[in-house]
Amino acid sequence: MAGTAVLGRVTWRAARVVAVRDETATARTLVLAVRDWPGQVAGQHVDVRLTAPDGYSAVRSYSIASAPTSDGRIEITVERLPNGEVSPYLTQDVMVGDELELRGPIGGWFVWRSDQTELIQLVAGGSGIVPLMAMIRSRRSAGGNSPFRLLYSVRQPETVFYRDELQALSNQSDSVVITYAYTRVTPKDWPRPAGRIDAPFIAMGAWPSSLRPTSYVCGPTSFVEHTTDLLISVGHDRERIRTERFGATGERK
Amino acid sequence: MNTSMDYLDGNAAAGELSRIFAVEITAAEGQCAKCGAKKPFAEAHLYMQCPGLVARCAACDHVLLRLVNAGRRVFLDVSGLNWLALDTSLQESGK
Repeated sequence: MAGTAVLGRVTWRAARVVAVRDETATARTLVLAVRDWPGQVAGQHVDVRLTAPDGYSAVRSYSIASAPTSDGRIEITVERLPNGEVSPYLTQDVMVGDELELRGPIGGWFVWRSDQTELIQLVAGGSGIVPLMAMIRSRRSAGGNSPFRLLYSVRQPETVFYRDELQALSNQSDSVVITYAYTRVTPKDWPRPAGRIDAPFIAMGAWPSSLRPTSYVCGPTSFVEHTTDLLISVGHDRERIRTERFGATGERK
Repeated sequence: MNTSMDYLDGNAAAGELSRIFAVEITAAEGQCAKCGAKKPFAEAHLYMQCPGLVARCAACDHVLLRLVNAGRRVFLDVSGLNWLALDTSLQESGK
């Protein structure tokens, strides 16, 4: 859109909840129909604003999970946090037909565009899968064949988001190669003991640094720091690692 | 260095800064006034547990940018940056 006379500004837009879908016991996907939605790039986020009757308002950032479509709909996946101010409402109380205020799409750095042809390494910690899922879905909807690998760290099998869709993807050839790390509980007969991502895991599941992949790392801040240090220690170029941190608890304020 | 794990990154400030900047900020490159590191704003460490937000250099922890909302006024301090280079082909929509 270079050369557009008037730059588009990000403004608050009305968004209507048109469907909800549980991903795990604590995470829910909201399908939102957004008025005058301009479209997004995979990896971008939105700010959601809730306003109470007394005027108190709270704003939180949520990554977009869906690939761009032409119908003005986007999906966000929200993880419920025990002491959250906004996430309990979005995961338990919100109903189809409710309206939210939404600002976005936001961000131009932690994005994957379908004209990127290099190898892509995705690394997700917990709900950090959400913007990476948008990249995986965008790759598929663009008919792309740029080689993707995903390392996905979760506490236990039940906390995997988008499980069936990821399973279907990993069963296709020429698709996304997915390797899970379980930090607390593994599936039965899983070869790797429960534990966080370490150097042998990176060596097994990630693109070798010699192939110069672009990496996208997303999750809680400590996860992102740990993973980025590991990637660098096995030879990945810091300049080719893009990060998105969700903070200490995963709640981005 | 601040070793707290409570920070986010520059991405998280993009919504708030979009009220001020017409051009997408996270992909903009800036130079730290203290150590001279040149990095995308997205890589700054962002602290939001305060009445506003503070972005610090990922290399040396120097304060790059502070933003405080005070009623109808917004105070923006960018004295920690020598410069910001913005790509005007990137609207906030990221297109």
